[in-house]
Amino acid sequence: MSRLDIRHVSVKRGDRHLVNDISLRISGGTLFGLIGPNGAGKSSLLRAVAQLLPHTGQCHLGAQLLEQASAHWRAKRLGYLAQSGELAWPMAVRDFVGLGRMPHKRSGWWLTRRPGMRDVKACPVPEHDDEAVNLALAQTGLSSLAQRPLNQLSGGEQARVRLARALAVSADVLLADEPCASLDPFHQLSVMELLLSQSRQGKVVVVVLHDLTLASRFCDQLLLLHEGAAVATGEPRQVLTPDNLQRVYQLQAIHGEFRDQPYIVPWQSSHADSTGGHPVNQSINEPINKSGVCLQEEIPVQ
Amino acid sequence: MRLRRDLALNGLLLISLACLMVLSLTIGPLKLSAQDVLGALFHAGPDNLSPADLASIDRGARLHLIVTEIRLPRVLLGIIVGASLAMSGAALQGLLRNPLAEPGLLGVSASASLGAVLCLYFGLASISVWLLPVSAMLSAAVSTLLLALFARRSSSNLTLILAGIGLSSMAAALISLAINLAPTPTDVQDIVLWLMGSIADRSFDDIQLCLPFALAGFALLLSCGHELDALTLGEEEAQSMGVSLVRLRLKVITGTALCVGASVAVAGAIGFIGLVVPHMLRRATGYQPARLLLASALGGAVLLLAADMVLRLVSQGFELMLGVVTALIGAPFFLLLVLRSEAEVTR
Repeated sequence: MSRLDIRHVSVKRGDRHLVNDISLRISGGTLFGLIGPNGAGKSSLLRAVAQLLPHTGQCHLGAQLLEQASAHWRAKRLGYLAQSGELAWPMAVRDFVGLGRMPHKRSGWWLTRRPGMRDVKACPVPEHDDEAVNLALAQTGLSSLAQRPLNQLSGGEQARVRLARALAVSADVLLADEPCASLDPFHQLSVMELLLSQSRQGKVVVVVLHDLTLASRFCDQLLLLHEGAAVATGEPRQVLTPDNLQRVYQLQAIHGEFRDQPYIVPWQSSHADSTGGHPVNQSINEPINKSGVCLQEEIPVQ
Repeated sequence: MRLRRDLALNGLLLISLACLMVLSLTIGPLKLSAQDVLGALFHAGPDNLSPADLASIDRGARLHLIVTEIRLPRVLLGIIVGASLAMSGAALQGLLRNPLAEPGLLGVSASASLGAVLCLYFGLASISVWLLPVSAMLSAAVSTLLLALFARRSSSNLTLILAGIGLSSMAAALISLAINLAPTPTDVQDIVLWLMGSIADRSFDDIQLCLPFALAGFALLLSCGHELDALTLGEEEAQSMGVSLVRLRLKVITGTALCVGASVAVAGAIGFIGLVVPHMLRRATGYQPARLLLASALGGAVLLLAADMVLRLVSQGFELMLGVVTALIGAPFFLLLVLRSEAEVTR
C-alpha cells in the first residue's frame, strides 16, 4: 500500500510563506482533506506535493523521494486535478479523458518516446487504456456523454470530465484541488463518494475542500491551514471545533448530527455578533427556536 | 477507429495533393495534358543539355525539360512552403492554446522577413547562399521566443495577440527603414518584390536551400504532438502528466522558426496559410492538436498549390504575387473567425 510522506514542506513567494513547514503522513486508504480560508495555502501545498511549485522540504511516495523522481515516474503515480482548467479545444469527452492515459503510453510515434520510458515494466501494468477510460467515464456518470464535444457540456459536466481525466491516470495518489467547486449538491455528494471509494481501494486521496460539511462527513483526516501554517490536523471532529472555526474563519457555525453523520452549517461571521446577532455557538448545546433555525430534533426523518 | 479516420483524412488530402500537382504541372504558357505531364516526368531526359539546344531536341525531351526544370520546382516549393506554414500554425495554436495564433499574425513571418531583408540590404546574400535562410530563421526564432515569454507572463490571449501586433509592426517599421535607406531603386524593387511572396521562377537550388531546414522543422513539430495534446488540460495538469513545458516551448519555437524561416527565405512573406488551414481541419481531426499537425501540413500544401494555380490561371501577361493573393483571401477569413469566436478571443 502506498504512503505519502510530506516532511517540512514550505513554499515561499518573495518573503512571504505561502506554505510554512507542513509535515504530514498519509497512508493509502485515507481520504485526506485540506481546508482553510482563501489564501491559506491549500492549493500551494497540493501543487508542491505534485512537484509543480518550487518548494523546500521533501515528499516521499513509498520509498521514492518525489523531488528526485523523473517527471514520467511521477506522472504515472500522481494524478493531479487543477482547481480550474480552461478547456482549450472542444474535443470529444472520451478523447479528453483518454489524455489521462498519456503517462502509460509505451510508444506510438517514434519521436515521442521520452527518457524514462524504460521503467514502464517496474510499475504494475495498468489495465488496458480503453478499460481505464471506460471505468473513469462510468465512475463519473459520463458514459452517455462520451462522444459529445466538451463545449456542449455544462460547467458541472466539464468539471466531472476533468475529474474523470484525473481518474483515468489510475495513479496511486490522487491530488484534487476543489473538485466540488462548480458542482450542484447532488454531484458534490457523488464526487465525494467517488473519492471515498477511490481511497478505499488503497489509494492516497488528498482533496482541497471549502464545504465544511463535506469535509467532516467524508474525510478520514483533515488539515486546517491558516496563512500557510497548520492550525490543526487529525480527525474531522478534532479539527473542526468551534474554537478553530472561530479562529481561522472568524465564523460561528451550527454543528450537528443527522443519522450519525456530522454536519456543519456556517451561520454567521463574528462581525455580525458585535452588531447584535444571535450567539450561534450556543446552538450546539441549546436549541434556539426563536430564530427559526431548523434544529436536529426537528429535521423530518423519513 | 481513430487511426482509420486519420488514415482516411490524410489519404484524402494526399490524393488531392497528387491530383493538384499533376494539374498544376499542366498549366503554363504551353498547355499540356495530364498524359503529357506524366510522360514527361518519367521520360529519361537528355544529359547535359544547354537551353540553346532546346530547339533541336524532340518533343518528349523538350516537355521533360519544361516540366522538370521549370514547373516542378515551383510545385514542389509550393508544397514545402504550404506545409511549413500550416504545420507551424497548427503547432503554435496548440502551444498557445489559441485558434488565432499564426506565424504571420504573431509577427514571426514579419521577423523572418526582416532577417532576410537585412541580408538583402547589406548584400550578405552574395557572400553565401546560406546566410539568407539562416538569418531569416534566427530572427523568426527570436520573435517566437519573445512571444513565448509574453505567453508565459500572461495567460490572456489578448495580450499575446497584441504582442504579436507589436512585433509585426516593429519588423514592418524596420523593413520600411531598410527600403527607405536602400542605395538604388533596384534594391528597393528587389526587397519589395521579395516581400510580396512568390514561388515563381524557382529552381531546384531553392528547394535544396529550404528542404533540409523545413524537414528538420517538420520532424521537431511532429514530435510535439502528444505533449500539445496534453497541454489541452492546462499547463499545470500537463506538467503533472510528465510534460516539460520548457522543453515543449523550446521544441515548438525551434520547429516554427525552422519551418517559417525556411519558407520565408525562399518564398518571401506568405500569410494566413497557418491560420486558415488548421482551422478548416480542426473539426475533422477531433480538435486534437497531435492529429492536426500532419493533416495541416498536407492541407497547407494543397491550399498553397491551389492558390498558386488559380493565380497562374488568372494572371495572363502579368504576374500576381502569391503573398498578395493569400492575404486577400486570408484577411477576410480572419475577420470572420474573430466575429464567430468573439467569446473565445476575449476569454
